[in-house]
Amino acid sequence: MTPASSKNTFKKDLNRVKPYGDHWDDGKMQLSFTLPVAVGELAREAARLYLEKLGFVHPQIAAMEPMGESFAFIVAYAYATPHIDLSKIPLHRPEFSVLPFDELVNLAQKEIRRKIVVVGATTGSDAHTVGIDAILSIKGIAGDKGLEYYPFFKVVNLRAQVDNQHLVDKAVELKADAILVSKMVTQQDQHLDDLKALSKMIHQEKDLSAHLVKIAGGPRIDHRIARSVGFDAGFGPGTKPSEVANFIVHEIIRKTSGAPAHRVEGHRAAEARPKRRSLFGWLSGRGQDS
Amino acid sequence: MSKLNLDRDKVESCRVAARKISQQIQNFVDHHTTVSIERSVLRLIGIEEDYKGRPLVNAVVDSLSKEKLSLGILHWLGRALAHQRSSPISICLKAAEGKLKWDDLPEADFDAIRRVTDPLARTAVRKLQESANRKRHAREAMGGREPRPLKYLIVATGNIHEDVEQAQAAVLGGADCIAVIRSTAQSLLDHVPFGATTEGFGGTYATQENFRIMRKALDEVGKKVGRYIRLVNYSSGLCMPEIAVLGALEGLDYLLNDSMYGILFRDINMKRTFTDQHFSRLVIAHSGIIINTGEDNYLTTAESFRAFPQVLASQFINEQLGLAAQLREAQLGLGHAFEMDPAVEDSFLYELAQAEMVREIFHNHPIKYMPPTRHMTGDIFFGHVLDCMFNLVGVITKQEIQLLGMPTEAIHNPLLQDRFVSLKAANYIFKAARDLGDEISWSPNGKVIRRARSVLEDTYRLLQKVEKMGLMNAIAEGLFANMERAIDGGRGLDGVVKKDRHYWNPIQKLLERQPEYQEHPFQERRPREERDERERRGGGRRRRRDHHRRRNRQSGGGRGAPRETQSGGQQGGGGAPPSNVPHEPAGGTT
Repeated sequence: MTPASSKNTFKKDLNRVKPYGDHWDDGKMQLSFTLPVAVGELAREAARLYLEKLGFVHPQIAAMEPMGESFAFIVAYAYATPHIDLSKIPLHRPEFSVLPFDELVNLAQKEIRRKIVVVGATTGSDAHTVGIDAILSIKGIAGDKGLEYYPFFKVVNLRAQVDNQHLVDKAVELKADAILVSKMVTQQDQHLDDLKALSKMIHQEKDLSAHLVKIAGGPRIDHRIARSVGFDAGFGPGTKPSEVANFIVHEIIRKTSGAPAHRVEGHRAAEARPKRRSLFGWLSGRGQDS
Repeated sequence: MSKLNLDRDKVESCRVAARKISQQIQNFVDHHTTVSIERSVLRLIGIEEDYKGRPLVNAVVDSLSKEKLSLGILHWLGRALAHQRSSPISICLKAAEGKLKWDDLPEADFDAIRRVTDPLARTAVRKLQESANRKRHAREAMGGREPRPLKYLIVATGNIHEDVEQAQAAVLGGADCIAVIRSTAQSLLDHVPFGATTEGFGGTYATQENFRIMRKALDEVGKKVGRYIRLVNYSSGLCMPEIAVLGALEGLDYLLNDSMYGILFRDINMKRTFTDQHFSRLVIAHSGIIINTGEDNYLTTAESFRAFPQVLASQFINEQLGLAAQLREAQLGLGHAFEMDPAVEDSFLYELAQAEMVREIFHNHPIKYMPPTRHMTGDIFFGHVLDCMFNLVGVITKQEIQLLGMPTEAIHNPLLQDRFVSLKAANYIFKAARDLGDEISWSPNGKVIRRARSVLEDTYRLLQKVEKMGLMNAIAEGLFANMERAIDGGRGLDGVVKKDRHYWNPIQKLLERQPEYQEHPFQERRPREERDERERRGGGRRRRRDHHRRRNRQSGGGRGAPRETQSGGQQGGGGAPPSNVPHEPAGGTT
């Protein structure tokens, strides 16, 4: 369609970015939602006008289907108008570099020279262990081996429904260097309360090593949230075990050398994310009380 | 008729091993009772009230020491009734208020206790049978045989009234079964909440009143669409037997009930769970409820390609424990799931092999097939594709119940529109591939057959291992779902009581007999069997024509009408089941 010569006739202005549909800067978006209105002209018009109210231009209702008697399912396309400036976006990611396996092993052997003890658990009433297992167990996820695979880690996975106190006791008993907490259940911000309580407990526990690395993970966890409840890092969906392994090693080295804490906010975080979004999320537990 | 040409001797050996395993468990179970069982006994004799914000049954059972409880709650109630002209409810209230001291009751001889408690027990068991009959009549009144797989959907708003709206919308979209997901961690509560509830975490509390509200709503919308809508809840956790009782009284059709789920995934003590599951299944057996077991969950923590033998082994064990609790095969809705890593080459074939072998090994059982969750990522479009493949396997292998997957799995509880999208796809796939399974035969030494063979072999080895070490030790070693659970660990062990030599529970005595319940809850026969019978009777093409004609007659469509459709509105399906479908012979011994 586009002749080679005219390939760059439009300007890719990264200070003015909007959703990409079929061509640069068209802002075309796919939307689907439900209106609690019976299917009909009224519902169609309501959907269209509502999208305009949201600031979309030329909304087009592609499909409207009845769901029961008093609900309409809408699929729509519409054009968004606002732009976003990529240069002004603060990123909330831990800063560290992801080394290839061999280099990380060498680094750990050179700098730490002993086994790093990692204790992991899903705490509270939470029974979802898929995430913590993916990070810790030797199998790992999507071809990325879990922490058990690394020769310099000693991994203890306490699995599900672990009491905070039990986790702290275990960490003391095993002389843990790092603890990993996985949180799936997020009703009424229960995960945050649990994490806060845990970090307070760790703070008060004198027998824990001073360089203990505290990591939280889960589908609703990100680095900023984890920092706000007193953790060193938070990892969200799509995290690979190798990223966590790298973070632990670098963080222990940093903490033992007494370097200042990393800035939380800064762009140019290490390219920790895989190029292609991993097919497998951090967690996909069956969120049902069956 | 086996398509997979499975080694029948091996299947039989698996059953024998599982029977031995279940007998070991049964030895323990027979000598123990739990607080929850005693509370269910009270519920069965009609104690439904709330007392100062807690169920009265909890207050009564808690007023007895463990030593006293080892004689059974009906022993004490019987003693009280033998000496006072009073009703069970007023005795319970007095006990809860502390006005009645069990210690002060004079001794009563066994016959006296028996005289007053036997009628209570008979009434209780009759109530269960009536519930079974009511459901059968309701199903028969609707007449039609819904095409399999039945579409099973979940609602979980936390507010029972909101659940009703969503459930009714789902039924109008084609749902056959509605499950109301329970609030997070209800399984860890040692009591059943009371009354209609409008708040829950990630689900709606299972209460007797909520059951009633949803049952009524489903009957209403069922009338509108001309189908009987099945209601599902969860008889698991610390109140497993009590939920079974409430489900029986309020006309539930399916209860999730597994002999190991609570141990593995809720960290409930195994002695408690095994004891509870037996009694709850006795209640279920007599109420015409179908249980759904939870083997699918194993695959959420263990990898499906390697762990499927665990699922099959657990199904064998669940089957034997179920039969020991008077459940019929037709009430044993064993579970499994479509959880293979989509990155595995030919994963679809392996899923087919696994689904087909479950159906062949447990051919009289209403198998429940669960959707992918482990590999759902939040990419709703890819997730939808996975769900469609899952639906295809379900219809090809003729699963009885298909829990429809949601594209938004791993993001949130299903939205109204998620259910709609999912139903629409399932309606299409089930219709488009209705008879595909009958047309397929597997290559004799191909991947499907080889996969089935190797899974069966591994299952047999696993069962032998479990038999040797005992199920409790096997669980402690993490042989199932890769979860290690200590024999005396977990919640609820303090609620297990060793029965006294004089333990008295006439309800359990009656329930241990085969249900009087006459009818096969899964009375409708499978189309394939119908067809086989026709094949035995008569020739080639005519048989096919008959088939169509009968279907048309059934759907009330007359001779020229198109074949009964299954999409959307689900018209009719009316009329009585074909008269050549015999009812299951009466199995009662009483």
